[in-house]
Amino acid sequence: MSQSVVTFDNLQFRWPRSSRPVLDIAHLDIKAGEHLFIQGPSGSGKTTLLNLLTGINQPDQGNLNILGQDLCAMNSIQRDRFRADHLGVIFQQFNLLPFLGIMDNVILPCRFSRHRLSKAGDLETTARQLLDELQIPGELISRDVMDLSVGQQQRVAAARALIGNPEIVIADEPTSALDTANRDSFIDLLFSRATEHGSTLIFVSHDEHLSTHFSHCINLADINSILLENTP
Amino acid sequence: MRLLPLTLKSAWNRRLSLSLTILSIAISVMLLLGVDQVRKEAKRNFINTISQTDLIVGARSGPLNLLLYSVFRIGNATNNLSWQSFEEISTHPKVKWAIPLSLGDSHRGFRVLGTNQDYFKHYKFGGKRHIELAEGKVFDHVYEAVLGATVANQLNYKLGDNIVLSHGLSSARFADHDDKPFRVIGILKKTGTPVDRTVHVPLEGISAIHIDWQSGSRSPLRLNAEQTLNMNLKPKEITAFMLGLKKRIQTFRVQREINNYDQEPLLAILPGATLSTLWGLLSNFETILLVISAFVLVAGLIGMLTTIISSLNERRREMAILRAIGAHPYHILLLFLLETLIIASLGILMGVILLYSMLIAVNPLIVDWIGISLQITFLDWQQLTLLAVILVVAILISLIPGIIAYRHSLQDGLMLRL
Repeated sequence: MSQSVVTFDNLQFRWPRSSRPVLDIAHLDIKAGEHLFIQGPSGSGKTTLLNLLTGINQPDQGNLNILGQDLCAMNSIQRDRFRADHLGVIFQQFNLLPFLGIMDNVILPCRFSRHRLSKAGDLETTARQLLDELQIPGELISRDVMDLSVGQQQRVAAARALIGNPEIVIADEPTSALDTANRDSFIDLLFSRATEHGSTLIFVSHDEHLSTHFSHCINLADINSILLENTP
Repeated sequence: MRLLPLTLKSAWNRRLSLSLTILSIAISVMLLLGVDQVRKEAKRNFINTISQTDLIVGARSGPLNLLLYSVFRIGNATNNLSWQSFEEISTHPKVKWAIPLSLGDSHRGFRVLGTNQDYFKHYKFGGKRHIELAEGKVFDHVYEAVLGATVANQLNYKLGDNIVLSHGLSSARFADHDDKPFRVIGILKKTGTPVDRTVHVPLEGISAIHIDWQSGSRSPLRLNAEQTLNMNLKPKEITAFMLGLKKRIQTFRVQREINNYDQEPLLAILPGATLSTLWGLLSNFETILLVISAFVLVAGLIGMLTTIISSLNERRREMAILRAIGAHPYHILLLFLLETLIIASLGILMGVILLYSMLIAVNPLIVDWIGISLQITFLDWQQLTLLAVILVVAILISLIPGIIAYRHSLQDGLMLRL
């Protein structure tokens, strides 16, 4: 069996000044190279889970181990550095900084992480190659970010998440702004690129239809033992 | 520094509002430095109303009073001094030159100064500038007058015009010396000093118009202008006189000698020192100007703060993206710090450029209008310190939006507020 990249053990999180935890996960294990689909309706703690995974927030209890490192033992600066070095993130939409060119947007993570900079090699070449893999034609690269279609923007965001081969790529509802055809081709591309670059993919969405693409699916409502009052 | 290009590009994206902010800071910096510059120049010009004159001597009164009537033609002498004292002191071995001054008459609101040709030779202002004639020549005859630039300009006099002096400072008709008119023989160039507002006539002219007057009114015995010329017109007394010494270092000694003069009570003052005292009395005005321009600067900085704070919400997404990529909240704080630093530095730089372009553009006009020449010097230490303080204050101000953004990015995490 391949080794674990993420392990949750008895993890609890509550917001400051709140008595009840919002997330309580007994155990979660994510294997290297896996394409994991985490499905959960809004309010099921998706955002909280993502904030924990990315080191934005820290659990109140339990163990969170990513890539063999204990995230709970790090301070906030170390967690931010860890995120910069090992994690690529794709948002729902508006992923790109409008004042930067496409090229600058793609290489942005390498400005914050020496680790990814050294892994990326020649930035310009690598970025072009990634954009090419993600089917952004070369003549589009000089365009303004805002001139791209939503689908193209998401693919540029994927290139940014993949540059410097981070071990884990986290995608937070990256297809919700796309139509079905675009959505499917985006997911296919993301899968093949993640495999190619050796990244584990964690894909979070409320849309259960997407689960058919994935070999491993988790419903957050099943593993989060906190009963939600406002479950839709 | 990896944040600098990000800051620059992000700022460029908001260039319209930011350039207006820079402009407002530039204008307030220009105003503040400009007021300071003009204040210093005004002081320099004021102190240079009279220069190269070592001592001013008059009948004993207060130093300010003596300065006011002898140089600024303000107020009156309480007493005159005798011609004899003047002759004696002006031939003192340490004295290089002496200019007699006789005041008391006026012409349509402008003061009349009786003096001699030495006045045009030795009187200096604004450093080493001589009085110069715009047209005509210096008086040579009893009934000739040389007008200051403002007098000629306001009363529209030309060479060859006849003017009538009035006794004292009133313009009442009965006090006119209308039997002995003076002919305008010369008009002076603008100096920016009280010389511009003065009618200059020979001392003998002053004697001539008063020869048939006694204690302030016309005596029944009347002499016409021609008859008067045959009389002895040597003045009996004058109001004050100016002295230039052979060696400056002897100024205090000569001053002491004059102040202890035993023939009559005299007062000698150093014009520079007394001018400084007088400026000290006037300096409230400059303080007010400075305070006003400081407030303009505060308004400019608040404008900057407003612009940056109002951009905070639209930049929340920017912050979330940066956070996702691995930026720490302190990076976010630093972004705001850098942005303010750039805005404030550009504003200051532009303000200085504006100031100098303004000074260069306006200088010839000012010389023309008021005869004051603004010396264009580089910023002095005090002004440079001021600029540094502005920069520091701007950076401190940037902590406000910086800390707000820092807190936002802690709260929001990777969540995008759309």
